[in-house]
Amino acid sequence: MSTDKVITAEQLTKRFGDFTAVDAISFDVYKGEIFGFLGANGAGKTTAMRMLSGLSMPTSGKASVAGFDVYKENEKIKQNIGYMSQKFSLYEDLTVKENIRFYAGIYGKSDQFIKEKTALVLEQLHLTAEGNKLVKSLPLGWKQKLAFSVAIFHEPQIVFLDEPTGGVDPVTRREFWNMIYLAAEAGITVFVTTHYMDEAEYCNRVSIMVDGRIDALDTPEQLKRTYGVTSMDDVFLKLARKAVRSAD
Amino acid sequence: MRTLKFLLQKEFRQIFRDPSILRIIFIMPVIQLIVLPWAADYEIKNIKLAVIDHDRSDYSRSLTNKITASGYFILTDYTSSFEQTLGEIEHDKADIILEIPASFEKDLVKESESKLFMAVNAINGVKAGLGSSYLRSIIQDYNREVRTEWIQFPRFSPETSIEVTNSNWFNPSMNYKVFMVPGILVLLLTMVGSNLTAINIVKEKEIGTIEQINVTPVKKFHFILGKLIPFWVLGLLVFTIGFGIAWIVYGIYPAGSFLTIYLFAAVYLLAVLGLGLLISTYANNQQQAMLISFFLMMIFVLMGGLYTSIDSMPGWAQAITKANPVSYFIEVIRMVVLKGSGLADIKYQLLTILGFAVLLNGWAVVNYHKRS
Repeated sequence: MSTDKVITAEQLTKRFGDFTAVDAISFDVYKGEIFGFLGANGAGKTTAMRMLSGLSMPTSGKASVAGFDVYKENEKIKQNIGYMSQKFSLYEDLTVKENIRFYAGIYGKSDQFIKEKTALVLEQLHLTAEGNKLVKSLPLGWKQKLAFSVAIFHEPQIVFLDEPTGGVDPVTRREFWNMIYLAAEAGITVFVTTHYMDEAEYCNRVSIMVDGRIDALDTPEQLKRTYGVTSMDDVFLKLARKAVRSAD
Repeated sequence: MRTLKFLLQKEFRQIFRDPSILRIIFIMPVIQLIVLPWAADYEIKNIKLAVIDHDRSDYSRSLTNKITASGYFILTDYTSSFEQTLGEIEHDKADIILEIPASFEKDLVKESESKLFMAVNAINGVKAGLGSSYLRSIIQDYNREVRTEWIQFPRFSPETSIEVTNSNWFNPSMNYKVFMVPGILVLLLTMVGSNLTAINIVKEKEIGTIEQINVTPVKKFHFILGKLIPFWVLGLLVFTIGFGIAWIVYGIYPAGSFLTIYLFAAVYLLAVLGLGLLISTYANNQQQAMLISFFLMMIFVLMGGLYTSIDSMPGWAQAITKANPVSYFIEVIRMVVLKGSGLADIKYQLLTILGFAVLLNGWAVVNYHKRS
């Protein structure tokens, strides 16, 4: 793993009125790493991710993504990232191929690139036969894998995944993580939120958010050692129990 | 430019795949233009008339005959008791009561003067007003007939009478449909334009795809154009279908040029789409968008000069109609369809609507944020 920082955050804060959703978090993410962002519901994971991807304006603090400042160069950040939100966000009334073509197109990819890579991606997803089917006809697990492929289709430096495996069966989750590993091997930095603790074990480094703050940040092995437990589940429970903010 | 191509391609695909949009585009104009003009007719017919005839003479009967022969009135009751007939009005069985006094014929012959009494149910003001004036003019007509009958030598008429003849310009037969259909067409265009745009964008908000677009480098300007162009094309398509129906069903064909109408419609659509866009930036879900557009449509319709003349509104209401884009297009489309006005005649309205388009779209663009 390299030591190039692709994401840096310093005292990054987001307040909605008098509610502090994200409270002065600081961390670095290195190139090519799988960075896990853990926390209970309402801990501020999504808000932090939205600030980094240019969807939400930070209240204070500093952050840069892919070398660009989140305040001033958010449109440049967008050219270099992929994003997969909690909500499924492909167009259900477009076909698999049309969705790919649309998203690749608005990232400015050439027809040649789109055509060649579409064939490749559909083959990897075993969706070649379904290329002309409407997305709404696919089962959820396939949709999620497709959404991930679309999020990294334009070959971004970083991909943000917001609870990508919510509601997906264990087999598909495993396949999904294989895709994440492949992406990381190809040099894409993966920033992923989850509350499945087994998934936390797959990450290179994990941060745990409690009430808008980062309470712990390390490799899963080191975290387990620090807290004297045997699984990430226990690490999480130890930290999350301290939360005073109620889940939404 | 390339980005815009992808946005447009996606939008058109979605539109033509959505059966409800297709239904709105093709069925709405057909129903509205075929049904509404028949209902929106100001001519009052079928006025229920009750006659109380205390006289029962030749003259009173011939007056009653003349009234019913006009075709505007239906004789619902012919009695000689006022109380009984008053009950008819109370039970909504009569709109107008005409009371003929007992000495009607006698007075008319001996004194050359007689009085009639008219009682009108004024709950429906338009019907009451028009009904009583129809009735009055029929009675005056009758009066004249009686007079000519009595005067043997009309050359020496003791009273001079002025007769007025008139001709109706631009709509010779006073056909209300010629007046209403173009106006309904304007409403149709307004509804399709603003509602479809607003709901389409809010729907993307609801399902979350708009966030996915916001996280791409697509420019705000491109995204908005990608929404406006398809609905602009759709609006003009609906407008054309509407004109086709107006021509086939009612034989309405503009006296002026289609070019003038389409130029105005094209600019008008920009304003209406801008309004839809603006609504979508404020509404968070489809219900909100529907309610806002419903509220605005009510004002647009009732203060647009379609049903009631703007000139007879109070000053403050006339001022409000100035802020209603619908009022300009209704005025223009009537001018062009009925009078054959050209571009020079509608310059003021065209520039005003252009102003609306710039203002509404500008406001929407400023209010649309890729980042919250």
